Amino acid sequence: MASLSREEVAHVAKLARLELTDEQIDTFTPQLAAILEHAADVEALDLADVPPTSHPYPLKNVWRPDVPRDAGVRDAVLAAAPATQDGMFLVPSVLGEAP
Amino acid sequence: MTARAIAAAVRSGERSARSVVEEHLAAIDRREAELHAFNLVTGDEALTAADAIDAQVAAGEDPGPLAGVPIALKDNLCTTGIPTTCSSKILEGWRPPYDATVVERLSAAGAISVGKTNLDEFAMGSSTENSAFGPSKNPHDITKVPGGSSGGSAVAVAAGFAPLALGSDTGGSIRQPAALCGVVGVKPTYGRVSRYGLVAFASSLDQIGPFATTVADAAALYEVIAGYDERDSTSIPEALPTVLDRLDEGVSGLRVGLVTELCQAEGIAPDVATRVVAAAEALSAAGAKVEEVSVPAVIYGLSAYYLIAPAEASSNLARYDGVRYGLRVDAPTTGEMYDRTRTAGFGAEVERRIMLGTYALSAGYYDAYYGKAQKVRTLIIRDFEAAYERFDVLLSPTSPTTAFTLGAKADPLAMYLNDVCTIPSNLAGHPAMSVPFGVGADGLPVGIQVMANALDEVTMFRVAAALEGALA
Amino acid sequence: MTDSSVLPEGWGMVIGLEVHCELATATKLFCRCANNFGDLPNANTCPTCLGLPGSLPVLNETAVELAMRLGRALNSEINRSVFSRKNYFYPDQPKDYQVTQYDLPTNLGGHLDLPSGLRIGITRAHIEEDTGKLNHVGGGGRIHDADHSLVDYNRSGVPLVEIVSEADMRSSEQAKDYASELRAILLATGVSDAKMEEGSMRVDANVSVHKLGEPWGTRCEIKNLNSLRSLGRAIDHEALRQVDLLDNGETVRQETRHWDEASGRTGTLRVKEDADDYRYFPEPDLVPLEPSAEDIARIDAALPKLPAARRGSLADAAGIAATEGGVVMAVERGLDDLALAAIGGGADAARVLTHIEHNLAVEGAESLSAEHFTALVAMETSGELTATQAKTVLAEMVTSGQAPADIAQAHGFEALDTGALEGIVDGVIAAHPDEWEQFRAGDDKARGKLTGFFMGKVMHASKGQADGKAATALLRTKAGIYG
Repeated sequence: MASLSREEVAHVAKLARLELTDEQIDTFTPQLAAILEHAADVEALDLADVPPTSHPYPLKNVWRPDVPRDAGVRDAVLAAAPATQDGMFLVPSVLGEAP
Repeated sequence: MTARAIAAAVRSGERSARSVVEEHLAAIDRREAELHAFNLVTGDEALTAADAIDAQVAAGEDPGPLAGVPIALKDNLCTTGIPTTCSSKILEGWRPPYDATVVERLSAAGAISVGKTNLDEFAMGSSTENSAFGPSKNPHDITKVPGGSSGGSAVAVAAGFAPLALGSDTGGSIRQPAALCGVVGVKPTYGRVSRYGLVAFASSLDQIGPFATTVADAAALYEVIAGYDERDSTSIPEALPTVLDRLDEGVSGLRVGLVTELCQAEGIAPDVATRVVAAAEALSAAGAKVEEVSVPAVIYGLSAYYLIAPAEASSNLARYDGVRYGLRVDAPTTGEMYDRTRTAGFGAEVERRIMLGTYALSAGYYDAYYGKAQKVRTLIIRDFEAAYERFDVLLSPTSPTTAFTLGAKADPLAMYLNDVCTIPSNLAGHPAMSVPFGVGADGLPVGIQVMANALDEVTMFRVAAALEGALA
Repeated sequence: MTDSSVLPEGWGMVIGLEVHCELATATKLFCRCANNFGDLPNANTCPTCLGLPGSLPVLNETAVELAMRLGRALNSEINRSVFSRKNYFYPDQPKDYQVTQYDLPTNLGGHLDLPSGLRIGITRAHIEEDTGKLNHVGGGGRIHDADHSLVDYNRSGVPLVEIVSEADMRSSEQAKDYASELRAILLATGVSDAKMEEGSMRVDANVSVHKLGEPWGTRCEIKNLNSLRSLGRAIDHEALRQVDLLDNGETVRQETRHWDEASGRTGTLRVKEDADDYRYFPEPDLVPLEPSAEDIARIDAALPKLPAARRGSLADAAGIAATEGGVVMAVERGLDDLALAAIGGGADAARVLTHIEHNLAVEGAESLSAEHFTALVAMETSGELTATQAKTVLAEMVTSGQAPADIAQAHGFEALDTGALEGIVDGVIAAHPDEWEQFRAGDDKARGKLTGFFMGKVMHASKGQADGKAATALLRTKAGIYG
């Protein structure tokens, strides 16, 4: 794998919704590159026949009955929210954000 | 006094819970300014809770197995109405509307929280220097780090602020600070302790666990917090075997393996290695069979961890966006609000890991990074399985060195190397604990890591108890 | 073969539909908040569906059951499935990721047969959680001019199944039929109440056009279709828009377009970048689902009779094709059991279906008694009631629940018996001797006109109770005309 470029770091910061200054990108790029370099030993392994582990303890079919329960947190949450109106969370214009 | 001794005294009426709490609040008063174990000391709430316990005892009601025992809670555990900040500006002042399951269980057991302890921001770090509210200091030498990320909890116990504390461990965040501060720290089997109410860092690795001054106290706390919780889909449904009543079974005939790749890992200091040898000899003398064992895949543990943990973290921390709770930096559009809020709210280490994780998951890189790392996990699990066919427990240093100086490890990669011995257990989901076992060349504590197979906390605790006994 | 009659000669359209249905559960997918429409904003919320720090998801077993039931109703394979996180930032997404199923969905493959007989393939159907609702404030409620937005998380976490069809449709009619049939299946199985206007069934259409014989064109996705009518209109409009572009030498840009019902047009909502990087990975907080063979067998055994099978049964009983309008209508209106009972009771199938198609599109029709219905059709067939009379009686049967004989009697509708009828016919003949002579002696054309004359007199004299056919037959017999 080619080492991490400044442009890639800038792109990733955008995906992660982090607004980095040029200085910060300059600092982060070599740090991240060094970490990925260290991870190159993993990247180099041939693990074609090895299945991935996403859950360390093998559980399956975990579910609960379809029975309602009021958590009773609505008022506390709205009271602690940064901005609300009419019992709803207020955010500024979402233009340009639609998924 | 140990936690168990306090509980016995309070339950019998010999001591009031109030006097216990007052005593510990006084200890906090004396050294907290110097050590900064806490983000918040909840003295009034503790005294109120103590009075309630005393009333129960007076009324002849059962106040619980940990009645009157002060406990410090890592500030990434949700506590209703009490600020839970994760030592981050983005959650400064945030009061959860609910309690973590472990907090509920502690309350039911009669334990009394004396405060929320400092941590590396969002549990990302090995020194508590990444806290947005300043680092904690090692009680043995305040120029040194206490370790991390659960540094504050380790300090609280080591300094006598509380006999018990809870931390969380994703890559060693309980065990390593326990080792550096000279206390007992336990990471249970993944799924043993409910994660409901633990602010998530890396969901497939996080576990909550006990800090204590003795193995028995740690076992007592473990028994209170562990066990199935329907609110956590990864919670193990199997019944919880008791541990406390089996601590004294000794280690005669147990097969103990010294993990070669960890004991000889790069960066293991000679004085730490010496203590591991001493531990092996102590167990041998107590009747265990001690040999070296190879667990080959663990050499890839650090790399795999620093791909998996940040990846899951980058997703878990996306919710901190200024919309529903926590910090919001106002802006004319929601998009700008996201960017400004998160940039203002997160520290450098958190930003670094979020970016690393985002990259490891991104289009074109998933297979090479995150995908591969999850396969390495499988290799590590297989190699551990093979080892456990021939051994009952495995041993290694907990931390490569004793506590290092504050500010000494500015390079992130250098900091990450602190986790080389602890990470494999998180990846495998196995239980592991650190037991204090003497000091290093600089007189600072050294911890020995005892690892066991999944669900085998009993054997792990037994060996730890034996080590503790050997030093007595 | 193309059905795209709205397009100019030589053009064809290709349509695939993605349908999101809210499952008819009592609680949300990952928490125990109530799954209700229309409650006070944020009334049904908890740490999990608000994405509070430290919260965790726990799967709703009924949501899984319903998803599998739908899968079997669509002839899909039910597989081991894994939940994944789809990562993107948006205020209606409380965790800024959606828990969905990505590479291992619950249901794979399958098909749905339209009433016309056309088979539409199903690619997959998976379980995922719904988002909250954004209310845009200012600027007429449209996102483009809004000053700010308000978020209601009642809907956040509601269980959805997303059904993706193969691109097997070639006209807006077929697309509407697919949506309609899917809706019927959802209702029959109790999986969803599938109300497009309430948002419990949301249809997005992927539309592309091409010159017949040439490769398929670039497709656009259309959203905001709140009724079958909108679905049809939007598809036709979009297809024509694309043909226009291509005819003018321009290209169709791959994008998501928003249907505006008021103006009857689609507009750009968002240009699709090469691939939105959602960074999917398996959800660590949830464990895999592995349905057993027993689970699947149990679900199969409990499946109700689906619309296609109902059409088949009714068609067999009536001796006609399942694609006939009366059969389709009967099943669509839930009146097929009634029809089967009536036909089984001896009623004439054609009359039964005609009534259902034309006279029973009313509320309360499904509570009509089969016994009464059968009796009514029999009265018609035997000539006791005229077609017009039967229609009146039927309408009153639905509202009053009374037997047809009683209703007919109350109206004085008893058709005249043969004797009384003959008496009336004789009387009319006697009153008009000249016309009668012309009728007897005249040719077919003259007789045709005079039949009308005499029938009018007979009807008048009998106050409309004469059976037209019987009266005509009597006239001819008396005139000595046979055959």
